[in-house]
Amino acid sequence: MSGASRRGFILGGAGVALGALPGSARAADGDPSPSAHAGHGDPSPHAGHGVHGGGINGPMFRGGAVDHATNGFNPSDVLRDFDYGKVSKLPNGRTLREWEIFAADKEIEVAPGVRFPAWTFNGRVPGPTLRCTAGDRLRVRFVNASEHPHTMHFHGIHPAEMDGVPGIGRGVIEPGGDFVYEFDAEPFGLHLYHCHVGPLAEHIARGMYGTFIIDPPKPRPKADELVMMMHGYNTTFDAQGNQLYAVNGIPFHYMHEPVRVKRGELVRIYLVNILEYDPINSFHLHGNFFDYFPTGTRLEPSEYTDTVVQAQGQRGICELRFPHVGKFMFHAHKSEFADLGWMGFFEVTE
Amino acid sequence: MSTPRLRGKPPVWVFVAATIAAVAVALTALAVLGSRSLPARTGPPVEQLAVERTVLTPSVIELTVRNTGPDPVQIAQISVNDAYVAFTGSTEPLNRLGKDVLRLDYPWQEGQPYAVSILTSSGAVIEHEIAAAVETPATGGNLLGLMVLLGTYVGVIPVALGMVFLPVLRRAARSVVRVLLALTVGLLAFLAGDAALEGLELAERSGGAFGGPLLVFLGAGMAFLALTAVDRFLTNRSREQADSPASLDSADGTNGRRLAFMIAIGIGLHNLGEGLAIGSAYAVGELALGTALVVGFALHNTTEGLAVVAPLTRQRPSLLRLLALGLLAGAPAIVGAVIGAAVDNAALASLLLGVGVGAIVQVIIQIAPALRNQTGRYLDPATTGGVAAGLLIMYATGLLVAA
Ligand SMILES: [Cu+2]
Repeated sequence: MSGASRRGFILGGAGVALGALPGSARAADGDPSPSAHAGHGDPSPHAGHGVHGGGINGPMFRGGAVDHATNGFNPSDVLRDFDYGKVSKLPNGRTLREWEIFAADKEIEVAPGVRFPAWTFNGRVPGPTLRCTAGDRLRVRFVNASEHPHTMHFHGIHPAEMDGVPGIGRGVIEPGGDFVYEFDAEPFGLHLYHCHVGPLAEHIARGMYGTFIIDPPKPRPKADELVMMMHGYNTTFDAQGNQLYAVNGIPFHYMHEPVRVKRGELVRIYLVNILEYDPINSFHLHGNFFDYFPTGTRLEPSEYTDTVVQAQGQRGICELRFPHVGKFMFHAHKSEFADLGWMGFFEVTE
Repeated sequence: MSTPRLRGKPPVWVFVAATIAAVAVALTALAVLGSRSLPARTGPPVEQLAVERTVLTPSVIELTVRNTGPDPVQIAQISVNDAYVAFTGSTEPLNRLGKDVLRLDYPWQEGQPYAVSILTSSGAVIEHEIAAAVETPATGGNLLGLMVLLGTYVGVIPVALGMVFLPVLRRAARSVVRVLLALTVGLLAFLAGDAALEGLELAERSGGAFGGPLLVFLGAGMAFLALTAVDRFLTNRSREQADSPASLDSADGTNGRRLAFMIAIGIGLHNLGEGLAIGSAYAVGELALGTALVVGFALHNTTEGLAVVAPLTRQRPSLLRLLALGLLAGAPAIVGAVIGAAVDNAALASLLLGVGVGAIVQVIIQIAPALRNQTGRYLDPATTGGVAAGLLIMYATGLLVAA
C-alpha cells in the first residue's frame, strides 16, 4: 500500500471518530472540511489559509552577525585585503617580497553563538591573501605558534625542499619552530597555499589555507578586485560533510553586508575552492554572466557563464561588469551549501 | 512500632538515630573527601537534548527540548533538512534537566519527513526526526473529548464484547475452562512482553534523565507489590470461605470472583498503557499512527473481555458486577488517552507502561494455580497449547496495530 493511500484511509477513520464527536478539534478550528487536510497529494495544505508563514524568505541564522572584533577579522575586509609583503630589490634588480606568517590555535565564532576551535594562519580564516608578480623572489618566514605541527605548502613551481610537505627539505615545522620558504613566483595565475601535515583533511578543515595570487608580468586590466575563498566548517569533527559553508570565513556574511560594487565597472573575482569533506563546490551569480579564466594562467577566458564548478583546490578568475543597479545574489549552486551558509549579495550602485 | 523498654538500656530510637547520624557523617565525609580525590572531568562537554514534544502548526515547528545530559547546553542555530531557519527560544544555556520551547520558522509540507539539526555553541549537532509532518490537533477540551471517545473505542467496548461470551463458557466443560485460562495466560504474557519492550523504547527516547529503562522496572515492581497487597487483603477477607487459594470449584465461587477482579485490574492497568500510547501519538501530531493504534488495539482487546470472564463460569454474577468488571478493565484506556494527550512525557509514559507490566505479571501468578489438572500438574498438553494459542492470537492481532 502506498503511503498516501494508507494515510488517506487512516485519516478517513479519524474523520469517522471526529465526526462522532460534536465540536471536535477540527470543527473548532473553523475548518469546515476535514478532508481538506487529508493526503490527496496536495503539496500545499495551507494554501487555502492565504498565509505563507515564515521560512520562505530563505535560510537564516538566529541572532544576525558574529562578533568580528573578537574573531579579529571581517569577511568584508578580507574581500579586498591583498598582502603584497615587504618589498625590496635584490642586487640583480629583481623584486624581493618578504612575509612573516604565523600559525596559531584560535577559537572563532563561525555563526552566531557557535564556537569553532580553528587552526589559523595569521589568526584568520582564510589566511592572508599573498600577492606578487611573476618572477618575484618570495621569502615567507613561517613561525609555528600553534600547539600542533604544521607547514606551508604553496601551489606553483618551486624546488622540492620548498614544498612544505613532511619528510622533504625541512619538512614538518614543530610547535615553536620556524622556517623560511624561498622560491620564485611562477607561473602567473591564481593559486593557494595550505598546511600539508597529516591528517591532511583535518589541518585543512580546521582553517589552514589562504589565497596566493601571482600577477602576470603585464598586469591585468584595472578592476575592482575581490577574493572569494569557498570553504566550510565541520563543527562535529566527524568528517561527514560540514555543518556550515562560507566564503571568506563567515556563513551568510554577505547577506547582511552585501559586496558593494559600481555599475559598469570591471569587477574581478579571484575564486578559490578549499572546501574539505565535500567533493565539489560551485559559484553562481544572479542577473549577470562573467568571463571565466581557469586557474588564471592564461589571459583569454575559456567560458562565458553564470555558474562554475570547482573541485577542492581548483580556482579561477571571474571578470564581469554589472549593467544594472540593485542587489544580486551569489551562492553555491549546490543548493544545500547555499542553505547552510554559502550565500550572499552584490549591491550595485551608480 | 512500639518496642518494650528494657531497664538500664537506652530506648531503641536512640540506636536508630545514632545509626542514621553515623551513616550521614560517613556519607558526607565521603562526598567531601572523595570529590577531592577524583580527577576533574576533562574533554569536551557532554551535550544531550531530548525532544519531548513536537507541535506542528502552519509554517511553524515547535519543539519542547530538555537537557538530559550532565553539562549545560547552549542552543546556537537550528537547521531543518539542511537549511538554517529562524527560531525563537532561550538564548541562555539550558542547564541539566532544564526545559525550553523552540519555535522554528519553516514552511513544512504535510506528510513529509523532516530532519531537525540543533547546532550547539560547541558545534555539536543534536538530531531530531519528524517521520511524517501532520498538523498537531489543538489541545484543550475538544482533544480531551476525542480522547475519551477513543479510550472508549479501544478499552470499554472491546472488553464488553469479549465478556458477551460468558454464557457460552458456562456450558463448557471444566477442562475447557482450564484451557481458556491457559489461553488468558498466553494473552497476558504477550501483553507484558510487548508493554515492557514499548516502555523500554520510550524510556530510551526520554533521554534517561529520569532513570530511563529503570523507570519501567520501577513501575513494574511497584505495581506488582501493590496488587499483591490488594490480593492478600481480599484473601484474608474470604479466608474462612475458601479451601484452596485459587480453586474455581469452591462452593460459592468467591475465588472465581476474586480472580476475575484481579484480572480486571491487571488488564485495566495494561489498557492505561495503551491509552497513553494513543494519546501521546495524537499529541505529537502522529495522527496516522494514532488511528492505526486505535483500530489495532480495539480488535486486540476483545480477547481481554474473555480473560476477565473466564474465571466466572461456575457462578452467576449480577449484571452490575459484570459491568463493573468491564469498566475496571476497559475504562483506564480513557484515563491513559487523556493523560497521554495532555502530558506527553516519555518518562511518565514508560513508568506507566511498567505499571502495566507489573500488574499483568501479578495476574498471571494469580491465574497459575487454576491451570493445574486433577493430578496437580501445571503444564499438560492442553494448557501448554492454550498458552501458545494465547501468544499467537496476540501476535496476530498485534500485527494490526502496526498496519
Ligand atoms: Cu597544519
